[in-house]
Amino acid sequence: MTTATQPTATGSSGEGPDIQSSGLYSRQLPTYFPAALLVVCAAVASGAFFLLGAFHPVPVAAVTAIGYLVAVTTSSAVVENNRRAKDRLVTGVVYCCFAIAVVPLISLLSTVVVFGIERFDLYFLSVSMNGVIPSMDAGGVYHAIVGTLVITGLATVISVPIGLMTAVYVVEYGRGRLKQAITFFVDVMTGIPSIVAGLFVVALWIMVFGPGQTNGLAGAIALSVLMIPVVVRSSEEMLRLVPNELREAAYALGVPKWLTIVKVVLPTAVAGLTTGIILALARVIGETAPLILTAGMASTRINANPVEGDMMSLPVYIYKAVRDMGLSGEAGVYAEERAWAAALTLILVVMLLFLTARLVSRFLSPGKG
Amino acid sequence: MTTTDSSETAVAPRGKRRLGDLVFANSARGAGLLILAILAGVALFLIVQSLSSLTANEGNFFTSSEWSPEAGPGEEVRFGVAALAFGTVLGAAIALVLATPVAVGIALFIVYYAPRRLAALLGYLVDLLAAIPSVVYGLWGLVYLVDQLQPLYRFMAEYLGWIPLFAGPVSSTGRTMLSAGIVLAVMILPIITAMARDVFTQVPQTHREAALALGATRWEMIRTAVLPFGRPGVIGGAMLGMGRALGETMAVAMILSPSLVISPNVLQSGNQTIAAHIALQYPEATGTGVSALIAAGLVLFGITLAVNMAARFVVSRRKEFTE
Amino acid sequence: MAKRIDVSDLNVYYGDFKAVEDVTMTVEPRSVTAFIGSSGCGKSTFLRTLNRMHEVTPGARVQGKVMLDNLDVYDHSVDPVSVRREIGMVFQRANPFPTMSIYDNVIAGAKLNNQRMSKSRSDEIVERSLRDANLWEEVKDRLNKPGAGLSGGQQQRLCIARATAVEPAVLLMDEPCSALDPISTLAIEDLIAKLKENYTIVIVTHNMQQAARVSDRTAFFNLAGTGQPGRLIEMGDTNKIFTKPDKKETENYITGRFG
Repeated sequence: MTTATQPTATGSSGEGPDIQSSGLYSRQLPTYFPAALLVVCAAVASGAFFLLGAFHPVPVAAVTAIGYLVAVTTSSAVVENNRRAKDRLVTGVVYCCFAIAVVPLISLLSTVVVFGIERFDLYFLSVSMNGVIPSMDAGGVYHAIVGTLVITGLATVISVPIGLMTAVYVVEYGRGRLKQAITFFVDVMTGIPSIVAGLFVVALWIMVFGPGQTNGLAGAIALSVLMIPVVVRSSEEMLRLVPNELREAAYALGVPKWLTIVKVVLPTAVAGLTTGIILALARVIGETAPLILTAGMASTRINANPVEGDMMSLPVYIYKAVRDMGLSGEAGVYAEERAWAAALTLILVVMLLFLTARLVSRFLSPGKG
Repeated sequence: MTTTDSSETAVAPRGKRRLGDLVFANSARGAGLLILAILAGVALFLIVQSLSSLTANEGNFFTSSEWSPEAGPGEEVRFGVAALAFGTVLGAAIALVLATPVAVGIALFIVYYAPRRLAALLGYLVDLLAAIPSVVYGLWGLVYLVDQLQPLYRFMAEYLGWIPLFAGPVSSTGRTMLSAGIVLAVMILPIITAMARDVFTQVPQTHREAALALGATRWEMIRTAVLPFGRPGVIGGAMLGMGRALGETMAVAMILSPSLVISPNVLQSGNQTIAAHIALQYPEATGTGVSALIAAGLVLFGITLAVNMAARFVVSRRKEFTE
Repeated sequence: MAKRIDVSDLNVYYGDFKAVEDVTMTVEPRSVTAFIGSSGCGKSTFLRTLNRMHEVTPGARVQGKVMLDNLDVYDHSVDPVSVRREIGMVFQRANPFPTMSIYDNVIAGAKLNNQRMSKSRSDEIVERSLRDANLWEEVKDRLNKPGAGLSGGQQQRLCIARATAVEPAVLLMDEPCSALDPISTLAIEDLIAKLKENYTIVIVTHNMQQAARVSDRTAFFNLAGTGQPGRLIEMGDTNKIFTKPDKKETENYITGRFG
């Protein structure tokens, strides 16, 4: 509060040192105060909930957080001043925001691991659902893994050349309106909802093959629509990182432009390009909605042929198992177990891709030993 | 290529080189053009395939909420997207309202509050939220989260029920628009956070030091120097997040217990989004049914396109402003 | 309201690296003190320790004492925020807040201390600060225009007005003219001469003529060698430093022969 009167006080020269010194020397809460207060709040909150017999981490955490924010603000306002109090309040709120983001992450990962581990074993990974009726305690995800590999593999084969060449065009060749248009529409394409990508292939397939045709290739094309813009974006960024001196050095040696790109620019950027492609793959590998529309939901057997009939994939497998959770008795229980185990499988696949991407960018990039 | 005999030998090696350049440059350009063609194809094919149902539709496509696009003998084809569009916007709005402030807080935490050594790691944790497939969010939301939220919903209905949004009675399953919106908020959190982090790190050090040198506390520095500078980026990020929330399918399809009504009561079951409706109806749809779903998809495409273009516009204007 | 600064045995570190070693000096009130020396000799770093701005840089820490009229700036009960209100700072590059008008820029710091300031009071502060900064006549008709629209020299004077609006006791200037043309530089130098009637002013400069023109006392900093910390070599009346320095190193620098 003393600080609020500061400007007027300094205006008159007579009351110098005393007022000034009170401005410089403000009472401060000790540095350990916030941590200690937090511990006290947590203890009080958990104690209170425990006595009420309703102990649960989430409300305890919420009450602790609110109690802490109120306590730290009032004690700072009393001991220090209003500005410090506001600063401490915001600091607390900002820490809470981060905690709020971490809570669902931990909750989700731990539920998937805890429930998924029930059925997650070699048997589950190595058999399909062929001939498994709902009430049987059997079946696995092998056919879905095969389908996911085929569909995302095909999607990668389609997306990488198109995406990479587009990036090369934008960075190395493009100028004027066409370049602007492509950059803009790639951005627009990034925002296409996945279900619309699925509908696009449905519409295309109806026009070409007639209604009701679902297969792996259709799924791969739908995923490509989602994957291409991601590949373009990341490749563009990587190509721009290649220093211009390298290009000029090659031109000076009389190397034609296209060879410069193929032999100098792309190899220099290879680590970043690969990382970008793997991350794009990680993004589309969990896509469900477009595959429901294009690759079908009916398949229970191992099908590695992308142009012949329905093809199961990990995300669609999870969705289908969730729909079967409503079945009565054992069948519903088994379906739920399968859903969690498949979810665990899918998350492990995605994490594996992320890890690979990090390793690639660490070990393949030039100049980083 | 060759015009005169005399120049032929001189041109030959150059011509060969030109050929390689020509092929490569044109295939690069071709790839770019292909992308434009795909995007045009998306719009075009959706329009063409939606026509058969739209012409057969006896109801008003934009104002009606009923959905019976497959007429049996003696029945009329009637369907409309009013309820679906309302649900789509409602879900995205809930997600946006919940996620934006938290995302700004997280971005501030990572850029200005977290210990410097931990900041990158903590940022990576938030990015992990974006890596989790939506179908897994749906499973978690349906089996785990909705039960956990029930006590909160009952509390809200009891004490905040006078606000129409939170009017009771609370759905007994918890499979409500609010649950779907909460999961959507978690899903778009990393998108908005990434954008906000980007702009917050770009705030010039001179501006931050100017505020601190005037005797600003950390929060006052953020309020005077960081937030005004970052506002367009945060708005752009929020709109990109909204684009994602509008089109998100599986989490909503799995969590929400749907009905085609226009209702603002987010604690009761009901409402439905376009994307989830398509995913749920498609496996059983045939003929005009498929066509009607494609028409609904076209509406979703239009909405997300508009939101995304507006977001890009806001973000690019900020770039010009900064440079 | 101008105050004296007494520095004793001050060492500045960035992590394990010692950037400035063992500085002891006195800065007199109502006078201009100039810090000169070659690039990287630690004079800017040292300047920033006077109002604890160096703490903004991660890993920076300080040993020693900085007294502001007998009050220790580094005492554990002192809030760095209140130190910076007492000791204002003007930076090398003019840095008005780009999203704020001229008016809001000037009042930004003063408003932090007093949220519910009356309109007439804030008008008064803005006019006084802009007049003090010799900028009032040039901007009084466009106070609501963005500060970034001014010329470089005007922006720097705006930043000075923003710093004086808080009514500090000391004004630190870190090469305030290095990005300005000669005419704008002259305007700032006139301003410094006027401000020293009310403030203690410390200015870091690369320009020796400028130091000779504006300052009453001059401190010369130099490195002991590459990778060594910067040290205060000599400090004294500007006249003496520029005509009869005690140390050979100082003379070499002044006459353009770098040691």
